[in-house]
Amino acid sequence: MQRFLPHPLLTVMLALIWLLLSNSIAPGQMVLGILLGWALPFFALQFWPDKVKVHKPLTLLKFTYILLHDIIEANFIVALRILGNPDKLRPAFIVVPIDLNSDFAMSILANTTCLTPGSLSALLAPDRKSILVHTMDVGDIDAFIHTIKTRYEQPLKEIFEE
Amino acid sequence: MIATAIHIAFVLVSAALALNFWRLLKGPSSPDRILALDTLYINTIALLVLFGIHIGSALYFEAALLIALMGFVGTVAMCKYLLRGDIIE
Amino acid sequence: MNILLEILLSVLIVAGASFTFIGSLGLARLRDFYTRLHGPTKGTTLGVGCLLIASAIFFSTRDEGISLHEGLITLFLFITAPISAHLLAKAALHLKVESLVPLPDEAIERKNKQHQKYHSVD
Repeated sequence: MQRFLPHPLLTVMLALIWLLLSNSIAPGQMVLGILLGWALPFFALQFWPDKVKVHKPLTLLKFTYILLHDIIEANFIVALRILGNPDKLRPAFIVVPIDLNSDFAMSILANTTCLTPGSLSALLAPDRKSILVHTMDVGDIDAFIHTIKTRYEQPLKEIFEE
Repeated sequence: MIATAIHIAFVLVSAALALNFWRLLKGPSSPDRILALDTLYINTIALLVLFGIHIGSALYFEAALLIALMGFVGTVAMCKYLLRGDIIE
Repeated sequence: MNILLEILLSVLIVAGASFTFIGSLGLARLRDFYTRLHGPTKGTTLGVGCLLIASAIFFSTRDEGISLHEGLITLFLFITAPISAHLLAKAALHLKVESLVPLPDEAIERKNKQHQKYHSVD
């Protein structure tokens, strides 16, 4: 199993992407998609040696819902701030401590902070213990760190680690 | 109704492209210019998709996909150049 | 075409174009590079996402068969936008681009040390 199917999740993803790309669900395209999904991970193995395991699929679904909701909300917030007075913004660099171990969870967290509450991840500390986040307009820095830790980091820890 | 909406959208996206051009010319720093280029290609995708709906042809999808792929690679290459002074090490 | 569908499509198209415009407005209007970075990464991504969803609905109802491949570009943009924003922020910090707030010097120093180490190896 391990040798013949190195990344089952990646295989499923690639097959789905192939079907979307060809824009049809003809049986021939399905076979070709599954074949590509099976073959391509062998070439990608070198760049991605760690296995990604989803421990709690339900939490993942909930996390995706939270993410979509927050993306839309964050867009309205950012739009309002752009249309408002730019001199009234209070931008800040904030160091957010993180305690995730897997690289995959960490990159998902960095991407999440980029797309959500008016913040942007800028730098990962070399010791992998914190990320530097730039925020557009923040009043309470501790509350911001608390939001990131409970709303995004906790579910990610449950999904990919534990 | 859709025709009116598309015309409004054309005006808005074109204005967005003009603003990006202004930032591209003004700078002042090179990351600013790269950011302007990055936004330009994303807005071009928007314009192409709108044009596809306008003339009712799905042919422009492939062009939009290619612009998305190439634009991302270009942005990453330019950022890497700024960070390392080299693209392929 | 159904009137409700037409209203939905028009709203999606106008909303998408407005978000795209607001993202670029942020790029032109805000004061320093790091805050400018926020407009395009968020506004523009969602704006183009809205337009692509509108396109998917339009072609699904118009032609025979559904058309979902616009979702591919949406997904791709949502994955790549944070990555390019992250790289741009990293490059700007490396070049010490001016900011309204003091730059996190400690982080920059650490980064530069790491960078020197990297170059002394090769």
